[in-house]
Order: sequence, then C-alpha cells, then structure tokens
Amino acid sequence: MTSAIAVDRLEVIFDRFRALKGVSLEVEPGESFGLVGESGSGKSTLLRAIAGLAPVASGSIAVNGKMLGVRRDKAFYRDVQMVFQDPYGSLHPRQTIDRLLQEPLAIHGFADGEKRIERALDEVGLGNGFRFRYAHQLSGGQRQRVAIARALILEPSILLLDEPTSALDASVQAEVLNLLEEVRRRRKLTFLMVSHDLAIITHMCERLMVMQGGEAVENLTASDLVERRVTKDYTRNLLRASEGFVRTA
Amino acid sequence: MSGRTGTLLEVDDLRVTFPTRTGLVEAVRGVSFSLGRERLGIVGESGSGKSQTGRAIMGLTPPQARISANKLTFDGIDLLGVSARERRALRGNRIAMILQDPKYSLDPVMSIGRQIVETLRTHEKVSKAEARERALAMLEAVQIRDPKRVFDLHPHEVSGGMGQRAMIAMMLIAGPEMMIADEPTSALDVTVQLDVLGILDRLVAERGMGLIFISHDLRLVSSFCDRVIVMYAGKVVEQLKASELGQAQHPYTRGLINCMPKIGADRHPLPVLDRKPEWAA
Repeated sequence: MTSAIAVDRLEVIFDRFRALKGVSLEVEPGESFGLVGESGSGKSTLLRAIAGLAPVASGSIAVNGKMLGVRRDKAFYRDVQMVFQDPYGSLHPRQTIDRLLQEPLAIHGFADGEKRIERALDEVGLGNGFRFRYAHQLSGGQRQRVAIARALILEPSILLLDEPTSALDASVQAEVLNLLEEVRRRRKLTFLMVSHDLAIITHMCERLMVMQGGEAVENLTASDLVERRVTKDYTRNLLRASEGFVRTA
Repeated sequence: MSGRTGTLLEVDDLRVTFPTRTGLVEAVRGVSFSLGRERLGIVGESGSGKSQTGRAIMGLTPPQARISANKLTFDGIDLLGVSARERRALRGNRIAMILQDPKYSLDPVMSIGRQIVETLRTHEKVSKAEARERALAMLEAVQIRDPKRVFDLHPHEVSGGMGQRAMIAMMLIAGPEMMIADEPTSALDVTVQLDVLGILDRLVAERGMGLIFISHDLRLVSSFCDRVIVMYAGKVVEQLKASELGQAQHPYTRGLINCMPKIGADRHPLPVLDRKPEWAA
C-alpha cells in the first residue's frame, strides 16, 4: 500500500537558516498523524513544505505515491487542503462566506457550486444563514468552521492542520476538535496535524512525531504517551508541561 | 512594604457598560468579590467580561464606557472617586498589570532596560545609576541569564518568553501590592509557560502581593491560584477554592473542566458545553 504522505530526508533552508534538517515521515492513508514541538521546532515548516509553501532545498515529498516537484498540479491542490492557525487572518475580510467558498470551486471548475456550498456549510454545523455574512461578523469558532468548510469543499483526501484550535477558547476548541474527528470518520480523511499541546495530539492522532530544532526527536504512538513510554528528556518536559503548573516549594 | 493583612481590594456590584450603535451592551453585570494577599483566578470564555473586570480595576476602561459600582476600593481608596492624577500615581506603582502578548505590550522603539527604568523613575526619585542597577537586579530576579545584554535589546530582538519576563520585571520594579495578570502566558510555548508561571509564583509569594490571574484555561488557573471565580456573560456564576474544583456545582464550571482533552482519557467525542439561557440571567 502506498503511503498518503511520504517525506524523505527533507531539508528546508531560509536564506542561511536550516529550518528542517533531514526529516523523514510516513503517514498511512486514513491515519491521523501529529507533529509536536515548541515554536521554532520546524513542525509548521514541515507542514508548509508539504503544502508547497516553504522552499525545499533537498529531499523528497510524495503524496499518494506521486512525487512532488517544485510546481504542483491542480490535482494536488484539490487533494491536499490546509487549515491555518489563525481564523482571524486566514479568511478574506472583504468577501462574504459565499464568495470565499466559491473561489476554490471556480478554480477547479466545479459546476454544482450552489449545492456544494450549502452542503459544506451544513457539514460544519453553520447552516445557510451564515452564507452571506462577512468574516468579521463571526466568532473565532465560527470562522474556523468556515475555514474547515473551505478545505472540505473540494473533497480532499488529506487535510493539513496547523494548530487549528490554539486561537480558540477551551470550550470552542472541544467543538472544533469534535467536528474534525467527525469529518475524518465520515470522509475517511488523512490528517497531518501540528500542535504544541500533547493532550490535543494524543486525543486526535494515533501516531506522532516530536520535533526540536528542525529535527525529529522521537516517533511515538498515542498509547506510548498515555503510558509514559518516552525515551527523550525533551518529550518528558513536554509531557510535564501539559499537566499544568506544579508548585515547587 | 507593609506587612498588613486583610482585604486589599473590594469590588461590589461592578458594572461596565459600552454604548454601541444598537444600544447599551453590559460587558460586566454586577461582579462582586474581595481580594486579600492571595492568588485569585478569574476564568471564563471570550466575552465573559473577565478582562473588562481587570481593566476596570486598573482604570483602563475605554473613555466611552460607563463604570458603576457600589464599592470599588483599593486599600481603602475609592477608585471611582479619585482624580485621574491620583489614579495614575496608583497605576504601575501600587497596582500593576501584565498583559497577554509582550509583542504588543512593550514599546517597540525603546530598549527593554529603558522601559524598566522609566517605570521606576516615574514612581520613585532615584538616580539614573541606581535605577539602572535596580533594573538589572530585577531582570536577574526574573531569571534572565545575561541581564546586561538584555537591558540594551529592543523587544523585537527577544523571544516571547523573554519579553514576558521583561514585562514582569517592569511591573514588579516599583514594588506593587497588587498585580493583575491578564492571560500572561497564553501567547507563550507550553514549556516556557511553566517557567514564566514559576517566576511569577515565586515573586508574588516573596513579596506578599495580591494577584488576580485572568485566563480562559481553568486547569492552569486552578493549579496556580488559591481561589477561582468563574464568569459567564458578565456575571460571576461560581466562586470556589481551587482545591475544591472537583466539587464544582455549576454546570458551566463543570463543562469547562470536562471539555479539555486529557492525556489518558479516551473520550470521543469530547463533551461540549450546552449553554443554557438561564446561566446568563
């Protein structure tokens, strides 16, 4: 079986700074895979390199068995969609929800736009009433639902999620995580999800990779984390941090 | 600082109202609590009025908003009755505030050291040399390894965690008796969060300050504070000891505790809040 995403010794260099130092990764179709690490660990860069948003210096990326070049074809952009961290920054401020959902459909030449928009909004639990509003009229959680609808409207098989809930309240975060799980189950999607929160990653993903300073620290399964079977100090630190503040006195 | 105990801050029926095009919006609707030399957490979602409560105490409410309260006193001083000048003398001196994101709350065109010195010299008559000494000592107290170097850096040259430490140093330099921390660690990495909280915790304990810790993260607040106030739609729905969070009565508080993903708890889907209109009544 070919992997949904296969990354081999990927290097990303910004000017002289090596953001990714030979990272390899394999994600099976239908799997949910997590990337964890602190800021600057390269986890978002890896995601963006797969999406074609970061300058790849060497190494290779294959999606569904197809090697990716510097320029990607339209089929790739239909098959792989991304949801960004900041719902306030990722929606066009002067376009209605309807307009910004129509854009990907127009680019890929879908004829039944009307129906698809209705269905996409329904699927993320927003309903038709939101269709002609602007992003600034929505709450953070609602905006992230629109961003998910925009990603799903092209029926991709892979979703790249870059901290999709870190800008949201805890209670809204639960709703968005549930929505993501539900669409993954229903559409048999592959997820590659970035977060700095181990609890979210263990909740959402079966396997994960811990990253630091542009390198992979270790590969774990969610149950490894639950049973604290970690080998590196860095991961242990992250685990401790996810348990909240402990007074040392 | 005096070793007085007892109540530092008293808030009774605080209301903050904003005029908008569509009428008046009450952001804070009758909040009452008191604070001693302790750590008090205020928790709620966006729009619950937790930040506006903190800002009203600090005197940072926008001018178009209306504040009313039966009582809003700090150490016996009526905060709503005093002049703007007296209020300024309190702010930064006896009451300090830490904001969420050091990227926006530090002055981008002034070196970190100068900003700290400025705070100190606004409130105390000290020589330039002494101010510099004390600023360096303060930077050391917030565990910045090379204070002399950081003193001359500008905010864009330091990381988020370092910026927030500088912010804490700036707020503590005048020796405040009460500190309001509005989401002080939300913009930071998880690992850095704990360092910053540790520093804050130690300094608050050493100096016997009163602390109001505003956050949307109930778990974090309960692990850090002595007492927790839970706010919903501008009102306090529950007040409880942090250690007794497990016995929370209000469905909103319980919902906030339950909706966080936890390592080892296999709950699919996560429980979500089922907001009831009577909570806001």
